[in-house]
Amino acid sequence: MTHPTELTIAGARAALDRREISAVELTRAHLDAIAALNPRLNAYITPTPELAERQAAEADAALARGEGRALTGIPLAIKDLFCTAGTRTTAASRILGNFVPPYESTVTANLLRDGAVFLGKANLDEFAMGSSNTSSAFGAAENPWKRQGEEDTFLVPGGSSGGSAAAVAARLALGATATDTGGSIRQPAAFCGIAGIKPTYGRCSRFGIVAYASSLDQAGPVARTVEDCAILLGSMAGFDPRDSTSADVAVPDFAAAVARGVKGLRIGIPREYRMEGLSPEIDALWQQGMAWLKAEGATLVDISLPHTKYALPTYYIVAPAEASSNLARYDGVRFGLRENGEDLKDLYERTRAAGFGDEVKRRILIGTYVLSAGYYDAYYVKAQQVRALIKRDFDRAWGEVDAILTPATPSAAFGRDEKQDDPVAMYLNDVFTVTANLAGIPGMSVPAGLDAKGLPLGLQILGKPFDEETVFAVGGAIERAAGFNALPTLRAAA
Amino acid sequence: MSLDTATVRRVASLARLRVEEADLPRLEAELNGILGWIEQLQAVDTQGVEPMAGGGAEALRMREDRVTDGGIQEKVLANAPDRADAFFAVPKVVE
Repeated sequence: MTHPTELTIAGARAALDRREISAVELTRAHLDAIAALNPRLNAYITPTPELAERQAAEADAALARGEGRALTGIPLAIKDLFCTAGTRTTAASRILGNFVPPYESTVTANLLRDGAVFLGKANLDEFAMGSSNTSSAFGAAENPWKRQGEEDTFLVPGGSSGGSAAAVAARLALGATATDTGGSIRQPAAFCGIAGIKPTYGRCSRFGIVAYASSLDQAGPVARTVEDCAILLGSMAGFDPRDSTSADVAVPDFAAAVARGVKGLRIGIPREYRMEGLSPEIDALWQQGMAWLKAEGATLVDISLPHTKYALPTYYIVAPAEASSNLARYDGVRFGLRENGEDLKDLYERTRAAGFGDEVKRRILIGTYVLSAGYYDAYYVKAQQVRALIKRDFDRAWGEVDAILTPATPSAAFGRDEKQDDPVAMYLNDVFTVTANLAGIPGMSVPAGLDAKGLPLGLQILGKPFDEETVFAVGGAIERAAGFNALPTLRAAA
Repeated sequence: MSLDTATVRRVASLARLRVEEADLPRLEAELNGILGWIEQLQAVDTQGVEPMAGGGAEALRMREDRVTDGGIQEKVLANAPDRADAFFAVPKVVE
């Protein structure tokens, strides 16, 4: 039989239901893989082997009683941004280094309701701010993929959900939760050769997810197949009265949409995404993706999204503004780190200086500045207006097309020491992904090929609000056409 | 618009972030780099465009005005860096 860590979620479901493997065996195989590889990859900040063993035993008992649910016995990694009752939740920050939530996030509660097993809390950029997972206070996570001939070069897994993506790629989990504010699901999925979807804003509850930029944050899954992403999203999604922006809409059968095909679909190709300096390799992959969809019966339509080039600067006003407000709660009084000071203001300032890393501080300062008296209209209101125009570009496109195809990232995974000197160079990683957050629409990254050095590259599918089904249909078609079966250098049972 | 050292110091104080004097020049350069790049937004014609505040299309819901939880004092205080009985403890604020 296939090694347990090589199974897909759908395959593991079938094997568990047929009693070919027990949940305890499946979980132990992953815990062994974590023990062997996590010291190197640092994909998990906090492995939770005792919790996982207990949940796996409960899963076996439920299966024996005939009470199996969609995820009963499926071992997952949980991004350490989701509050988990009784398990330390750090957001990869020193300021939350000892924080143990007394409550469970809605998304993880939904997964537990459906029987999932939690292997541990996955690494990320501090407060989900970054594209490389290098800003984690618990050390960088490593991409399990290596450039051919450069096996010693430490490549980043992308970010912010770098630990989630690295864990799934290296077979240290069958799937993982992640969050995406500007590309934090799709970019690490592309860098690690796996699939990931950011659903429509409002599809998954934000209750219990450590907030970064509340009007952009959205939870979603990463997994090794499009179908596995659909299975996980089906469990994670759903209306939650505890999140005032949660959408009260039915959760469709996402997994059923994966095999639907693209015959008759109109696929938009936005000309503004063919940016100056676009790498020929990325462009070739994009052309290949178009050819695949055309061969499957889709129609390609040239479209224009004229405000695309303003998306990143808009994001770097809106997101820091919301972050500066959200992160005001870390004051050393009610939870988290405290550094004592001469008076209360000094306590706040010393606590926050000691607790936050450089990138978080930069974003708090930018956000505070753009919201401050005299600059609010010139920066913040202006950005909100441009955001409205970006959304309007998409609203108009939906009159002509059913989904949009773009590259996922402007490059393959880069080295840990590259792009670290200039914050703006790092921000450009999200150039293709950030528009979906600003417009609130779903976006998915699917592994579609390798670059000249053997590193994975992804294609992105964007869809209409609450039409993840079409996104999954297009993602499934690309997955079948690409036949992506390359494997990372570092992985369990390798 | 570009930030001078005094503005960086003022913004850091507003944000309740202690910044050492020695770090101010580096921060000033980084923040000006980011703001300079953001400046391109001024080229967009936004005359009459309604600012987009939220991420979703729906208006925020109203909920019934009633107590939905409570009686969880120990949970609320469980992560306190310092507490005195049922209170969060902080340095003396009023002389």
